Amino acid sequence: MTDASLHSASRDSEAQFGDYFALLKPRVMTLVVFTAFVGLLAAPVPMHPFIAFCAVLFIAVGGGASGALNMWWDADIDAVMKRTAGRPIPAGKVAPEEALALGIGLSGFAVLLLGLATNWVAAGLLAFTIFFYVVIYTMWLKRWTPQNIVIGGAAGAFPPMIGWAAATGGIAVESVLMFCLTFMWTPPHFWALALFMRGDYDNAGVPMLTVTHGRKATRAHILVYTLLLAALAVAIAFTGAGGPVYLVVAVVLNALFIKGALRIWRRTEEDAEADNFAAERGFFKLSLLYLFAHFGAILVEAGLDRAGVALSLGGLL
Amino acid sequence: MNFPPEHELHQRRKGRNLGVGLVLAALIVIVFGLTYVKVTSQGFRDSATSEGAE
Repeated sequence: MTDASLHSASRDSEAQFGDYFALLKPRVMTLVVFTAFVGLLAAPVPMHPFIAFCAVLFIAVGGGASGALNMWWDADIDAVMKRTAGRPIPAGKVAPEEALALGIGLSGFAVLLLGLATNWVAAGLLAFTIFFYVVIYTMWLKRWTPQNIVIGGAAGAFPPMIGWAAATGGIAVESVLMFCLTFMWTPPHFWALALFMRGDYDNAGVPMLTVTHGRKATRAHILVYTLLLAALAVAIAFTGAGGPVYLVVAVVLNALFIKGALRIWRRTEEDAEADNFAAERGFFKLSLLYLFAHFGAILVEAGLDRAGVALSLGGLL
Repeated sequence: MNFPPEHELHQRRKGRNLGVGLVLAALIVIVFGLTYVKVTSQGFRDSATSEGAE
């Protein structure tokens, strides 16, 4: 930035601290923080609270850095989509190269400090997550295949595995199951969004399922993935990560989720337009509660285990 | 002696500079805290003690 540009920048267009923070996708970060926290606490190895705090912080910063790199690469798409047009780069508040520098800098910082604070398995997983989200999903899959969100969803599913690895130094069945839960949850969550944010992805030329296979096929896909997700989510109750509390939460929420998916599947576009996509919007909101409640239940089960409260599903099997 | 008036740029970037300052201060606290926890943790003491015993 030259002196001239420094002085000519108007007060309104000057990037503030909050604009740089917005590059880190703070809303997505809440999901990353929470699932990483659960992965870390559900692990059988106790951690010093300060190291645990730092581990979650570095995972969040790494996730945020990948968000900044995603915004740098996707600035052209963001500018034409209603949902993302207000992001710092398309809004003209932050220059693309600043987002790139922030993303690379914070990625290196987060991976290095996570490695020093915990272990290099966790740091390696965080580095791979950033690579997967930025290179595999953002640069490659997103503009190429309607399966973008299915495969790319893996990036958002890694945080509980990283949290678990930060505590234990390795990977276990339980951490892989937490990964699978988020991985299977991502497609119905995003396809519901694509249904009611119609036009956005068409305008941007992103090959979302709604664009390539049509909206009817997307509704069917939501139902199929919801059924697969429900089977997985309930099955987790009978593993080391689950238990009776988790089972109750999973049964109730999956019943509601399947009901919502069935409603979406049965609807025509005319039905949806008549009530301004109420069912699709409701399903999207429910999907947020769904994930937080499942991970919350895993957290409760881990807390009960730590407290020595022995609840078992053995008798149910 | 009068101080020269603050340049408008400083005013404009006050929020950003404060934010960066706070982030740097937090980083110092985190690195110091991590060092303290690592140095005083059981594992570190054990290895220090065993090395001293040899």
